Parts: sequence; C-alpha cells; structure tokens
Amino acid sequence: MSDRAWIATRKGLFELRRDAAGWRLARAHFLGEPVSIMLPGTAARPMIAALNLGHFGVKLHASDDGGEAWREVAAPAYPEQPKDVDGDVPWKLVQVWSLAGQGSRLWAGTLPGGLFRSDDSGASWQLVESLWRRPERREWMGGGYDVPGIHSICLDATDARHMLLGISCGGVWRTRDGGENWTLEGRGMLADYLPPEQAGNLNAQDPHRVVRAPSSPAVLWCQHHCGIWRSADHGENWSRIHAPQSSFGFAVAVHPREPETAWFAPAVSDQRRVPVEAALVVNRTRDGGRSFETLREGLPQHDCYDLIYRHCLQVADDGRTLLMGSTTGNLWASGDGGGTWQCVSGSLPPIHAIAFETAA
Amino acid sequence: MPRILFTQQLRRFTVTPEVDTPATTLQGALDAAFAANPQLRGYVLDEQGHVRRHVSIFIDGRRLRDRACLAEPLGAESEIYVMQALTGG
Repeated sequence: MSDRAWIATRKGLFELRRDAAGWRLARAHFLGEPVSIMLPGTAARPMIAALNLGHFGVKLHASDDGGEAWREVAAPAYPEQPKDVDGDVPWKLVQVWSLAGQGSRLWAGTLPGGLFRSDDSGASWQLVESLWRRPERREWMGGGYDVPGIHSICLDATDARHMLLGISCGGVWRTRDGGENWTLEGRGMLADYLPPEQAGNLNAQDPHRVVRAPSSPAVLWCQHHCGIWRSADHGENWSRIHAPQSSFGFAVAVHPREPETAWFAPAVSDQRRVPVEAALVVNRTRDGGRSFETLREGLPQHDCYDLIYRHCLQVADDGRTLLMGSTTGNLWASGDGGGTWQCVSGSLPPIHAIAFETAA
Repeated sequence: MPRILFTQQLRRFTVTPEVDTPATTLQGALDAAFAANPQLRGYVLDEQGHVRRHVSIFIDGRRLRDRACLAEPLGAESEIYVMQALTGG
C-alpha cells in the first residue's frame, strides 16, 4: 500500500505520510479553506480536491503530481431551473459530498442531490439527468443539511456499468447500465423518524454511508440513521444487524478482500451524538455481522465527545491499516486492523473526510 | 463613468480587476468585469445567475436586496463594491 493519505478538514487539506515511526502530518494544502472531500489521483486521472468556500461557492482543484501543483478546474453546475415548477430545491450546487474515479472518468455526488460525471479530468461536468429528472427525486429530504445529497458512490470493479448511490435522505439507488436507468432499492431498511406506515418507504431512507466490498461486489454495508444493514445481492435486499453498545453512527469501512469484515464507529443515538459513556470505540465484525468485537486500545476512554463522520473511517488496501478522524479534530491510526490505535494528531480542524492514496 | 471594485478577499483565488464601464445596470458592470476575468463570474454569481448567498453588493453605499435581479440602474458616477457577506462566516 501507499504510505500517504489525505485528510480533508474544515480548514484545509492535510497530507499524511507514514515512515518507520508511524503516520505523521506533512504538508497543508488550501490552509484555511473548507475542503469537503478529495479523491487521490491515479495514472489515469488527476487528484481532485473539492473546496466549499464560505462566500464564493464550491471550487474544484486538480493536481497531476500528487499535490505539488494545483489548478482550478470546473465545478459541477446545475442547469437553468425551470420557472414553472414549484416546491423543488434550488438548482444550485451546495457541496460536493462524494467523489469516485473509474478509470479516467470522475463521478461527483452533490448536495442538493445531483450526480455529475466528467470524462475530461474535471474540465467539464455533466449532470446525470436520468436520475435528476426522476419524480421521486423531488421527494428526497435533507439529512443534516437543508437539502438532500449523495454521499456514497459505490462502483463495481467487475462491471463498470454497475453503480449504487447512498443518499441522505433518498435511500439507495442502483444503475446497471452506466447511469441510463435507475432503480430505487433498499428493501428491508426501516426509518423510525417517519410515521409508522411510512417506515419502509425506500425513497425516504437515510443511509448515512454505504460501502461495497471490493472483493465481493454483491456485498454492501450500510450505516443507516436507524441502525446497520447489510446486503448480499447488490443492494436489493438488506438484513438488519445489531452491534454492541449502539448501532447508531455515520461511518463504515469494509475490508478490501474479506467481505464479511467491516468496521463501525458507534455513537449513543440520534439525539446524543457522542461515544457511549464518553469512551471512543470501534466495532469490528469478521463474520458478516453475526458477532462483533469492541476495540478500544489506544482510543480515549473518558471525557471523549468525538463523532466520526461519514467519510472519516477508512481502511487501506492492505486490510490492516486504518485511519479514523473526528469532528473534534482528532486523528487516529491503526496498523493491526483496529486492535490498537495511535493518536496521530489531537489538534486538527474538524475532519470531513479521509482517503488513502492507493499504490500506483 | 461607473466603477466596479471587488473585495480583497477574492484575490487569493483569482484576479479582481477594477473596471470603469459605461454600463447602465449592475448586470452590465458585472459583465464588464467578467469579460476582464471570466473566472470571476463563478465566485460572485451562482449557476442560476443570482448573486451568491454570502456575497454582498453595494451600489453607492446601498446594499443590493434582490439577489436575483441584477437590473439595478447605475448613475453616471456610480461605485459598486462586491464584498463578502459575513453571513458566510
């Protein structure tokens, strides 16, 4: 695996390097600017950082040399909003919430709910109209924001036409033909924040984060607003899973080669988004959610109020190296699959997202 | 002739020309500045052509109220300041 990772924060993008002594902070990029998400580059496409400037809007920057030099590229832009349609969200880009790369192609999931594609390294972006024009899209609701958004883009390395999206709050959507047609999936998910007869409404689910098992693409894991779910059939049907301490949280990571191994960072509940008993833990399952280990060595065990947000618990392609960052600005690393953790920094800005650079 | 100026805060992202323009509306003055630096448009206006929520525009000391209407008339010697709005943090 690569010895480099990236931490997108409220006040800049921080580069992390690993040497014999462990992970350490290296350079800061865009210091002072909110970076909502980033995607490491490959030989086929540049690295992309999405800034969310407080005053001047969303800006995307690309680098072809691993962050030595950055250039501003186009930001996704919504088409002109029809004037004769009432009750829709403003067709204005609020935030880039997810980025994914597929060869040279880039995908961007955004608030207020549009998926965009770029085939020219970010020089231009096209809204995926087939999803945006779906009547169900108008029913999506904000989840933690005023407007709905796409935070999870689950590609399938074995079939480039397959993609599954996680939307807060719009459930999980799947395409099997590269984005021409979409189906609303998620059977089995339940929303207890809705009236009882609406609890199973697939289009109103809040899947906080969805990840696909790279080695077994039919397997998907979801940390949902109301618990944990797992699918073994590309997201059509989901089984509920109960973790120790709490099944509430935002983040989930899945092992690159063991689809039954996944990590979660629980918080008390919707109403109290802090670690159970103020002691931070990670829940790990190795058997598809039938059992869990609660891992805490090296993590703060008293007076801890850190929350691990959606994109802030990541596993590297070796399956052992993990990074976890909090909204309080703490960053921890594990080299043994979460068994033990070391604090990398206790004074970063609030962490929005973490990404490992993949080996070239 | 009307003159349009931009907050120094923008200089860390892009070039902010000071433009003297014969424009008779705010839209015309903005267009003159965007012609000098096309990248500036996306920093001031959103994709619907509205003034960004956290950008404030002052014309001769009066703050623009309607972010969607850029037809505001200019006087012969109007001064337009494009500033950051502190609502944006």
